Amino acid sequence: MDPGLRRDDNGVAAGRAIAMIYVIEQVLNGAQFGVMLFLMAAGLTLIFGIMNVINLAHGSLYMVGAYVAAAVFGATGSFLIGLAAALAAAIVVGIALEVTLFRTLYARDHLDQVLATFGLILFFNEIVRILFGATALYMRVPDFLNGRVEILPGAPYPTYRLAIIAVGLAVALLLYLLIARTRIGMLIRAGASNRVMLGALGVNVTLLYTAVFALGAALAALAGVMAGPIFTVESGMGESVLISAFVVIVIGGIGSIRGAFVAALLVGIVDATGRAYLRPLLALFTSRAAADSAGPALASMLIYILMAAVLFVRPQGLFPPRGR
Amino acid sequence: MRAIDARGIAALVCLTALALVPVIAAAADAPFYVGLFARVMIFAIAALSLDLILGYGGLVSFGHAAYLGIGAYAVAILSFHGVTNGFVHFAAALAAAAVAALVIGIVSLRTSGVYFIMITLAFGQMVYYLGISLNQYGGDDGLSIGRPSDFGGLVDLADPTILYYFVLACLALFLCLGGRAVRSRFGVLLQGVRSNERRMVALGFPVFRYKLAAFVIAGAVCGVAGALFANLTLFVSPGIMHWTRSGEIMMMVILGGIGTLLGPVLGAAVYLLLESVLSRWSEHWQAILGPLLIIVVLFSKSGLMGLIRAPRPPHG
Amino acid sequence: MKRQLIAAAAAILLSLPAQAADNIKIGFVTTLSGPAGIIGKHMKDASDLALAMLGGKIGGVPAQIVYGDDQFKPDVGRQVADEMLKRDKVDFMTGFIWSNVLLAAYQPIIQSGTILISANAGPHQLAGAQCAPNFFSASWQNDQTPEAMGKHMQDQKMDDVYMIAPDYAAGRDMMTGFKRYFKGKVAAEIYTKFGQSDYQVEISQIRDANPKAVFVFLPGGMGIQFVKQYAQSGLREKIPLYSAFTADETTLPAIGEAADGNYEVGFWSPDLDNPRNKEFVAAFRAKYNYYPSFYAAQSFDAITMIDRAVAAVKGDVANKEGLIAALTKADFPSVRGKFKYNTNHFPIQNFYLLRIGKDSDGTYVRKIQKTVFADHADSYAGDCKMK
Repeated sequence: MDPGLRRDDNGVAAGRAIAMIYVIEQVLNGAQFGVMLFLMAAGLTLIFGIMNVINLAHGSLYMVGAYVAAAVFGATGSFLIGLAAALAAAIVVGIALEVTLFRTLYARDHLDQVLATFGLILFFNEIVRILFGATALYMRVPDFLNGRVEILPGAPYPTYRLAIIAVGLAVALLLYLLIARTRIGMLIRAGASNRVMLGALGVNVTLLYTAVFALGAALAALAGVMAGPIFTVESGMGESVLISAFVVIVIGGIGSIRGAFVAALLVGIVDATGRAYLRPLLALFTSRAAADSAGPALASMLIYILMAAVLFVRPQGLFPPRGR
Repeated sequence: MRAIDARGIAALVCLTALALVPVIAAAADAPFYVGLFARVMIFAIAALSLDLILGYGGLVSFGHAAYLGIGAYAVAILSFHGVTNGFVHFAAALAAAAVAALVIGIVSLRTSGVYFIMITLAFGQMVYYLGISLNQYGGDDGLSIGRPSDFGGLVDLADPTILYYFVLACLALFLCLGGRAVRSRFGVLLQGVRSNERRMVALGFPVFRYKLAAFVIAGAVCGVAGALFANLTLFVSPGIMHWTRSGEIMMMVILGGIGTLLGPVLGAAVYLLLESVLSRWSEHWQAILGPLLIIVVLFSKSGLMGLIRAPRPPHG
Repeated sequence: MKRQLIAAAAAILLSLPAQAADNIKIGFVTTLSGPAGIIGKHMKDASDLALAMLGGKIGGVPAQIVYGDDQFKPDVGRQVADEMLKRDKVDFMTGFIWSNVLLAAYQPIIQSGTILISANAGPHQLAGAQCAPNFFSASWQNDQTPEAMGKHMQDQKMDDVYMIAPDYAAGRDMMTGFKRYFKGKVAAEIYTKFGQSDYQVEISQIRDANPKAVFVFLPGGMGIQFVKQYAQSGLREKIPLYSAFTADETTLPAIGEAADGNYEVGFWSPDLDNPRNKEFVAAFRAKYNYYPSFYAAQSFDAITMIDRAVAAVKGDVANKEGLIAALTKADFPSVRGKFKYNTNHFPIQNFYLLRIGKDSDGTYVRKIQKTVFADHADSYAGDCKMK
């Protein structure tokens, strides 16, 4: 069935208008998913771009955020207290990890970082099962964001998802201002290009790195909290989104917040429209059975194909960082 | 020169110990270990092939399980269509994995560093989803293999002990070939590329072709490991191509020690044996395995081989 | 046929060294780590409870259950099963959540002559051409549950149903099973990525297609996500949601109110009214403080049927033929009330329409609405050579 055509058409013009709204709705769905990915990718690309460390455990911080928020929200009944607790917990865990482990890893090659942070993933996935039990946690949409807004005629959109878009845009703006307009941002940029020189100038680079890591952890936890009410709060929830977030930062150019934002939207929209249109599109060229079989498989691969294609044309991503 | 001899002796000791496993297992009435160690050696071959490009070539491929899967599926699909000849099976596994590696390599090797890690991961995921969509070959349910590869009475892979020694022979062969390869002109050039690619390009070497050749060889060897794996489990499913499996193979290499021949073998053995022992001991075994991996990274700069070899003066 | 002969020969060979059965071992393969570990926990808790209620004895003989973690990977499951057969020398094998894990481990277990009782997975291959004397199902054939949903929706004369399942073998099997009994119009049949987390695209498609009902098969975390997002989209009030293996006691704690009023089908539910089930559910809740799922019920039945079979051969577990004869009779107290086996060793059983609602404590549970199928046999038994 072709989603672009509705059976209860009264006229061609009305049908076209409805079909157009449906297209816009799917693009919006993609953009919303993209913003969700951006929240996750921002912290990842920040840590990678500045400390040059691959942190596979970024997904674990996302999971910690979601678990703490779900537990505290459930106990207190307040989403905002849950959010605050999740951010605090992720910052504490982030600082603890930075001080005990990542400081040693900065000087190591990427392989050691991959192995150590893979070890962290295994550890965190089991620890949350020991602490919170094996059952996925319940987390509902907070009352003040429950409900729907009819931004498109005939297609009411969940308010909570609009809130995710708002949070993502706010984070993007704040990060831009922080890095481009503040003294800390200047130090961060300086640290990214030359750590030794920055230290020689009397800046406490160790402290700066800890602060950046904590910021990255907080961003991951924020993504986890926002994801909690719509996704499943369970052990291992970080991995699938981690892979997507890596795809995003690689397409965007590692270390570039702007690149991450553009790539996140691109990945989100390509994924959504692929899921919505690939199968009907294939059905135009091949038999329906072949489209039924190939469509979903191709849709699953789409973001990887996108990444491979982008890297084929631009081996450093869309917005390669300068001066490195 | 002395170091090479020591390595040769270590490899011999290692292979001899592995050769004794079925004997000891039979004496101790514990035939289970024959299967376990066969599995260990198959992953050792896969890890060894990855180490060729990762350790010696500096190419961190995060999609290596794809070739394991392609090799295994080559055997399974041929069996499914009634082709049981073992020579055809292994040739097909090798060729299919090599062709896949060629295609993936041509695209991926344009990038470097983390971009290379991610693009190989992307290809690994594509192959994984391709496996799931193979509906006529069981899709996600996988495909059972009626009988192991048939070598016309030469070797009977249906016998677990014979299969074990067959895998051991393959491992010994690849260790031997690997040892020669890394000391050959090709291997030395590859290591030169790892330490300073720009210089090698400036010296006029066709670096891209060397890297691609190494990438294809590694893929092909891993394809053979996949064919062995199919013979061991007599079953394949897309699960063996999941990215976590690529991660595990990489863990084995790093754990054992990159840029060594015995490191991947040791890494595969330690990783799989730990998994087997810990998972029997507690369902929360991953909470123990994780910190163990971190400790290895923190306290040894070159994996377990680094621990065993002890501090030694440079160039000793 | 050849396989059955080999299996029978193996059974006879293995029964020769009849050792004194002083300690019975049951190998239990399930997923204990990772997100799917919750299902393994239900199964393990239920098996432990069954053994405890039997005083730690199977058929009067001291017994132990050896658990193995398949990590949701077929090759690991096979390795674990191999380990149990050869190292622990288990007398029975059971567990197995996943069809692909069971299929991977099936041949070595069957050829060893060990009796294998699936406590969950029921792939069609094992109900049909690959059936074996020493294989039994304590659960169902995979198609039966969606068949029941198809039958119910057909009985309701529903038309225009929108179907969603993950893009993998079981997903396609479920949809095939559904369509075997549902003859109305299918609005669309959509396959999504396995492990997908965001379903907003599919929800927009549903709103656009405006069907009369939605039927989904999305197990585990996928189901939690879909059901929550479906409720948030506001469609739940307009287009009723019917599901299979999606909202159950392992996922309901995380779905909560979003599943209220949705329909499921099953052969069992905690409120199924028979004395054995009341005893089981009460003991389970008292010991573990949560509701057992059907995974738990099947595992409980698997241990119980092993116990009765061992008692029938008076503890001589080497007597495989006696055990198989006893198991085939299915003379044991099942939590589903009556229980009988088809020729392919899959149960012939009732299926019920279930609806999700609150119990007296406010916990969301599945409640039986009516019987959809009485004594429902699977559609593959004809392909099985056993009589």
